[in-house]
Amino acid sequence: MDFRDTPEEAAFRKELRGWIEAHLPEGWRGRNPTPGGLEVDAAREWSKRLHEAGYAGLTWPLEYGGQGAPYTYQAIFLEEMARAEAPEHIGVIGLGMAGPTIMVHGTEEQKRAHLHKTLSGEEVWCQGFSEPGSGSDLASLRTKAEDAGDHYIVNGQKVWSSYAHIADMCILVVRTDASVPKHKGITYLLVDMRSAGIDVRPLVQITGDPEFNEIFFTDVAVPKSNVVGEVNEGWGVAMTTLLHERGTLGFALTARLEVAVAKLIALVKERGADADPIVRDRVAQQWMELQALKLTNYRALTTLMKTGIPGPEGSIAKLHWSESNQRLTKLALDVLGPHAQLDGDDGVWGGYWQHQQLRSRGNTIEAGTSEILRNIIAERVLGLPRSR
Amino acid sequence: MDFAFTDEQEMLRHQARSFLATEFPAERIAELSFSEAGWDESSWRTMAELGWTGLSIPEEHGGAGMSFLDESVLFEELGYALYPGPYLSTVALTLPAFADAPDLLASVAAGTATATVAIAEPGGPSSLEDAGGVRTEALRAGRGWSVTGTKELVCDLATAGHVVMVARSEEGVGMWSVAPPVSSRRVTSTMDRSRRLGRLVLEEEPARLLVGPEHLEPVLRQMRSRGLAALALEAVGIAQKAFELARDYSKERKQFDKAIGAYQAISHQVSNIYIDMELARSLAYWAAWCVAEEDPRAPTAAAAAKALASEAAVAACERSIQIHGGVGFTWEHVLHRYYKRAQWISSFEGGVSAQRAVVASSLLDA
Ligand SMILES: Cc1cc2nc3c(=O)[nH]c(=O)nc-3n(C[C@H](O)[C@H](O)[C@H](O)COP(=O)(O)OP(=O)(O)OC[C@H]3O[C@@H](n4cnc5c(N)ncnc54)[C@H](O)[C@@H]3O)c2cc1C
Repeated sequence: MDFRDTPEEAAFRKELRGWIEAHLPEGWRGRNPTPGGLEVDAAREWSKRLHEAGYAGLTWPLEYGGQGAPYTYQAIFLEEMARAEAPEHIGVIGLGMAGPTIMVHGTEEQKRAHLHKTLSGEEVWCQGFSEPGSGSDLASLRTKAEDAGDHYIVNGQKVWSSYAHIADMCILVVRTDASVPKHKGITYLLVDMRSAGIDVRPLVQITGDPEFNEIFFTDVAVPKSNVVGEVNEGWGVAMTTLLHERGTLGFALTARLEVAVAKLIALVKERGADADPIVRDRVAQQWMELQALKLTNYRALTTLMKTGIPGPEGSIAKLHWSESNQRLTKLALDVLGPHAQLDGDDGVWGGYWQHQQLRSRGNTIEAGTSEILRNIIAERVLGLPRSR
Repeated sequence: MDFAFTDEQEMLRHQARSFLATEFPAERIAELSFSEAGWDESSWRTMAELGWTGLSIPEEHGGAGMSFLDESVLFEELGYALYPGPYLSTVALTLPAFADAPDLLASVAAGTATATVAIAEPGGPSSLEDAGGVRTEALRAGRGWSVTGTKELVCDLATAGHVVMVARSEEGVGMWSVAPPVSSRRVTSTMDRSRRLGRLVLEEEPARLLVGPEHLEPVLRQMRSRGLAALALEAVGIAQKAFELARDYSKERKQFDKAIGAYQAISHQVSNIYIDMELARSLAYWAAWCVAEEDPRAPTAAAAAKALASEAAVAACERSIQIHGGVGFTWEHVLHRYYKRAQWISSFEGGVSAQRAVVASSLLDA
C-alpha cells in the first residue's frame, strides 16, 4: 500500500499541472460544458487542446488516439483537472460510455471511424436508451429497427437524452425482434444524428436548462455496418455501456465532488458560517464522504489493475456520489439562509448553488436510479435473491 | 499509487482469521464475557509467539520491526472475531509511551507484559485531546517518582501489567508508568463486557517516568492517531461481521413464501450496510497508511476514519438486528455483542461529532 505518486506519476502530475496553468484560458475556470456553462464551440476547442496535448483518453490504446497509460494516470488527470477547476472534456458520453463500448464490442472499422474523433471533440455523443415507456426496465424498449437489406429503418421515440441537441452521434438501442423474450431481441446501433428523419426536441429540466431532449425517429436509415456486436445481442453491449456509465464515470463524478467540497468550504468561510458548530460538523462529514469515495475508487482501481476486472467497490461510486452531492448542495443553501431564494444575477455567486442544488436531484435518477443501483448491489454483488 | 496489501500482509490476515476462528468462536466469546477475568490470559502468549504483539517493535528490542500497516491487518481481524484481550490497549495505545523504554518494549514483544493508558479523570479530561487538564499528580520521591490521583474509563484496566498515567508534575504534564495493586483497581460495569473499563485510585504509588513534559506532544499525537486508526479498523471488522450475518440471514429466512432478501425493504438495507462499510474501509486503510508513514495528515485521517467507521459499524449492527427480527434482539444471538463493541468504539476518545470537530478544524481553521 502506498498513496504516494511513483516518480513517473509525479512527473506526469507536474507536467500536467504546468500544462493546465499555461493553456487554460482566463474565464474558463469552473465552467463545465453544460447549458449556462462553457459554450459548445469553446468546449470543443478545449477538448481539442486536451487531445492534442495527449490528455484525452489517457488509458485508450495508442492506435485509436489514446496514450495507453495505466489507469492511475487517468485518476491523476481527473484530480488535477478538478484542482484547477478546468472544464471537463465535452465528450462526457463519448469518453465515458460510447468509446469504451466500441472498444470492447466494435468492429475495427467502427473503432477507426469514431474513437479518435471522440477524443478530439469532433464527435460528440448522446445516449438513446430511455423511452417514455421504458426507463428502469430498459429491456422493454419499443423503438424498432426493420431490416431493409444493407441498412435498417428505425422508427420510434427516445427521451431524456442528454446533449442530443449538440450531438453528432448517438448510441441507440432498438428492437430488432419482437417475437423473442425482451432481452433477446435488442440491437445496439451507432447513429449519425444528422441522418434524415431525426427530430430532436429539447426538454427543460427543473433548473430551467434544456440539457436533455426527446428524439423522434421517422424512417431513419442506419447502415448495417453501424451495428455494434451481433444483431439481437445488443443487451450485452448495452450492459457494457451501463457498467462504464456507473463505474468509469464514477471517477469523473468524484472529481466533480472534490471541486464542490472546495467551493463549499470557500462559501462557508465567505459567509462567516465557519464558527457555527453544526455547519462545521456537516462540512467535515462532506469532506469525509468525499475522501472515502475517492479512496474507494482507488481501491477498485488497484483491483482492476491487478486482476483486469473492476472490484465490486466500483458499484458504489455513482450511487454514493449522487447522494453525497445532494446533501452537499443542500448544505450550501442552508448556509445562505434567507438569501438561498435569490438566484441568477441576484443570487450569491450568480446563482451557482441554486443551480447545483436543483441539478443534483437528477443525479439519483440518471444513469440508473438509486433504487435500481441498490437492487444491483444486492443481487449482483451480494448475491441476494432477485426482487422481481 | 497502490491500494493493495502485500502478500505477507495477506498471509498475516489469513493466519489471524483462521487462528481466531478456531480459538475464539462465538460461544467462547460469550463464555469469556461472563468470566471474572473477561479474557483468556494464555492467548496473549500465543499471540506473542505468532509475533503479533511485537509486530511494529524494532528488531533490536525483540520485535519484528514492521509497521502499523501490518498491525492494522490484525486490528481488523481482532474486531471481526470480537477478541477480548488487551491488544488495542497494549499495542495501539501504549507503545508510543514505551519508545524510550527498551525493557518494556521487549516485554511486550515477548508477551510477558500487557499495558494500558490512563487518561480520563472524574470531572476532568476524558480524552487524549485534553490531556493538558489532568489533575493526577506526579511527585519526586527520593530518586524516583510517585503518582497520586484518580483515573476512570481505563481500557482493560483489570488485566494491564503496566498502567501509563498521564499526570502533572511541577515541570508540566507527562507520562509515568505504574504497576497498581489489585486493591486500587475497580472494574466498572461496562456495556461491552468484552472490553471493560476501569477506575483507578492511586495514593503515592511508586512510578517510573516515561515521557517528560518536553516530549509529551508528539507522544500524545502518536497515541491518538494510532488509537483512532486502530479503532477504525476494528470497526470495519465489526461491520464486516454484522454485514455477513445480515446478508446470509436475508437469503435463508423465508416469510410469505420468499426469502426475505427478495423484499427491497430488506435488500436495500443490506446494500446500505455494504456501501457504508466499504467506504469506511477505504478511509480506515488510508488512515493506517498515514499513521505508518507518519504522514502529516495522520491526525485528521485517523479522526475521520474513526468517525466514519464507528458510525458504519453501529449502523451495520442496528440494521442487522432489524433484519434478524426477534432473534436478533436476544441475548443468545451474537449480534448484540458486536453492537456493544461498535458503540464502545464510537464513544472512546469522543463520539462522531468530537471526531468531526477535529476534521472541521483542519478544513476551516487553517
Ligand atoms: C438528468 C437526466 C439525464 C438523463 N440522461 C439520459 C440520457 O442521456 N440517455 C438516456 O437514455 N436516458 C437518460 N436519462 C433517463 C434515465 O436513465 C431514466 O430517467 C432512469 O433510468 C429512470 O427511468 P424513468 O425515468 O422511466 O423512471 P422509472 O423507471 O419509471 O422509475 C420511477 C421510479 O420507480 C422506481 N423503480 C423502477 N423500477 C424499480 C424497481 N425494480 N425496484 C425499485 N424501484 C423501482 C425508480 O427508482 C423511480 O424512483 C436521464 C435522466 C435524467 C434525470
